[in-house]
Amino acid sequence: MIGTFKGLLTTARWLLKRPVTAHYPEQHLPVQQRYMGFPALLMDDTADEPFCTGCMVCVRECPTQCMSAQMHDNPNFTDGTSHRRKIINEFEINLNRCILCGICVDVCSFDAIEMSYEHELASYARTGSRADLPQLLDLGRRYVDMSGWSPANAEKNVAEVALAKRAAAAAAKAASAGDDASTDEPTEGGE
Amino acid sequence: MTAEQTYDTVDMMLNMGPQHPATHGVFRMVLTIDGERVVDVTPHIGYLHRGSEKLAENESYGQVVTLFDRLDYVANLNNELIFCRAAERLMGIEPPERGQYIRVILAELNRLASHLLFIGTYAIDLGAMTPIMYGFRERERIQNMFESVTGARMMHNFIRIGGVKEDVPADFVPRVRALLDDVERGVHECDRLLTFNEVFLARTRGVGVIDVPTALSCGLTGPSLRASGMAYDVRKDYPYEVYPYLSYKVPVGENGDCWDRYYMRVLECYESLSMVRQCLDQMEEGPVMAQMRRIARPPKGEVYVHGENPRGDIGVFLVSDGTDKPYRVKVRPPSFCNLVSLRPMMRDAYIADAVAILGSLDIVLGEVDR
Repeated sequence: MIGTFKGLLTTARWLLKRPVTAHYPEQHLPVQQRYMGFPALLMDDTADEPFCTGCMVCVRECPTQCMSAQMHDNPNFTDGTSHRRKIINEFEINLNRCILCGICVDVCSFDAIEMSYEHELASYARTGSRADLPQLLDLGRRYVDMSGWSPANAEKNVAEVALAKRAAAAAAKAASAGDDASTDEPTEGGE
Repeated sequence: MTAEQTYDTVDMMLNMGPQHPATHGVFRMVLTIDGERVVDVTPHIGYLHRGSEKLAENESYGQVVTLFDRLDYVANLNNELIFCRAAERLMGIEPPERGQYIRVILAELNRLASHLLFIGTYAIDLGAMTPIMYGFRERERIQNMFESVTGARMMHNFIRIGGVKEDVPADFVPRVRALLDDVERGVHECDRLLTFNEVFLARTRGVGVIDVPTALSCGLTGPSLRASGMAYDVRKDYPYEVYPYLSYKVPVGENGDCWDRYYMRVLECYESLSMVRQCLDQMEEGPVMAQMRRIARPPKGEVYVHGENPRGDIGVFLVSDGTDKPYRVKVRPPSFCNLVSLRPMMRDAYIADAVAILGSLDIVLGEVDR
């Protein structure tokens, strides 16, 4: 009997306090800074092209094989406006298969893919969760706006910086600097 | 003339599950009952079998961590930890001290979250509605903390072979301290509400008693074994990570009944709180990841590593053939082994107590079936 009253007292204490629950569809709680939502591709605005060079490391390392990509020769490289020899022209992620593990982000050495804050992607179409390149870049843009993301290795991956560096090296050596490491396939392992 | 001569009674088979809400997932048990008494019980498992062990043979070592997340989906970080320790033992690498502290902090916080969920669901198994609200409220706080550290609420993939993915955020220590104060209040509240409540005592005291020899022969481990009176804790008996640097008690019960099994978990909550506090005091700056190749490729060999999960003694037997994929991964899941003791516990109990006994073992079906 005493236990019942003690229990009632404990619950009564919470009766007048503010509820801790959020009513979801009406009320959205903010996500944390490190929140890992669906993966998104990022744009290199200095060259107006994605960071991704289509090296396929993320495609190979994905535990659920939810991605596919296709690369081709970069026209901007021949124009001299980009340092990327190869560029993707297709990239698809089946977000229904994605398990949000973040392995693709870890293995990418081009700052090309990042886990965005996106987590509400329900759709009525059966193929609604298959994100193609424009959609993924769109997610990426939104992520950059929300998080203030900047490439971790700008010297290597941002076209403007990399080209300027290369031009400086070329001027210094007075020779062509064609064997820049950034366009090579990343070697597995060996950190 | 006795009753047996007059009436021809037969035992009745009663099926419970696999969709029964009190079985915490898809678990089915077939009870043989004689009136109100349980004569025998046969557990049927396999409804959530995903073949994780076989899948692991086709994944690289880094990818297997994501499978271990999904074994015991209430204590993900503890599972990640055990696999990473096994791979590290095989490769002969030792994570840096700060990495180990972060691992232990996260593992103990996850133990807290798991036990809080147990307190809530156990009360609801017995018909008490309120504690699950309090349990979930505190667990939610811990999961928000996980989200700020690992980026995910449940499937973290944060503990990596050789350390942890990245260092904790700058405001981690003050935030965890505030969190611990909140959670301690919450645990205390659940404790006060439930532990010595007369109805709760009547439902759990002396129900599902198991003695130490029977428990050991069934392979019972974790809080459920300690409730019977044996102080077996992998963290104390086979220390790993930074547990030797922490001072904590191993709570031991007396009777081995449902109430003891419940109370051990409440006491462990307090121990975990103090362990996280000690870790925060002792933790120093430094690297969180050992120097190693990005793709783990252990040498040929085999290793068995075990550790203390919220549910008991989890073990991983890992065989490597020298490639970047494990040759064999065998898990000794505590929930599965604890289920063996269901029969001795339930024999001669009332049907009404069947749910109380099953609930007190705190099984997670993701781990039982793998």
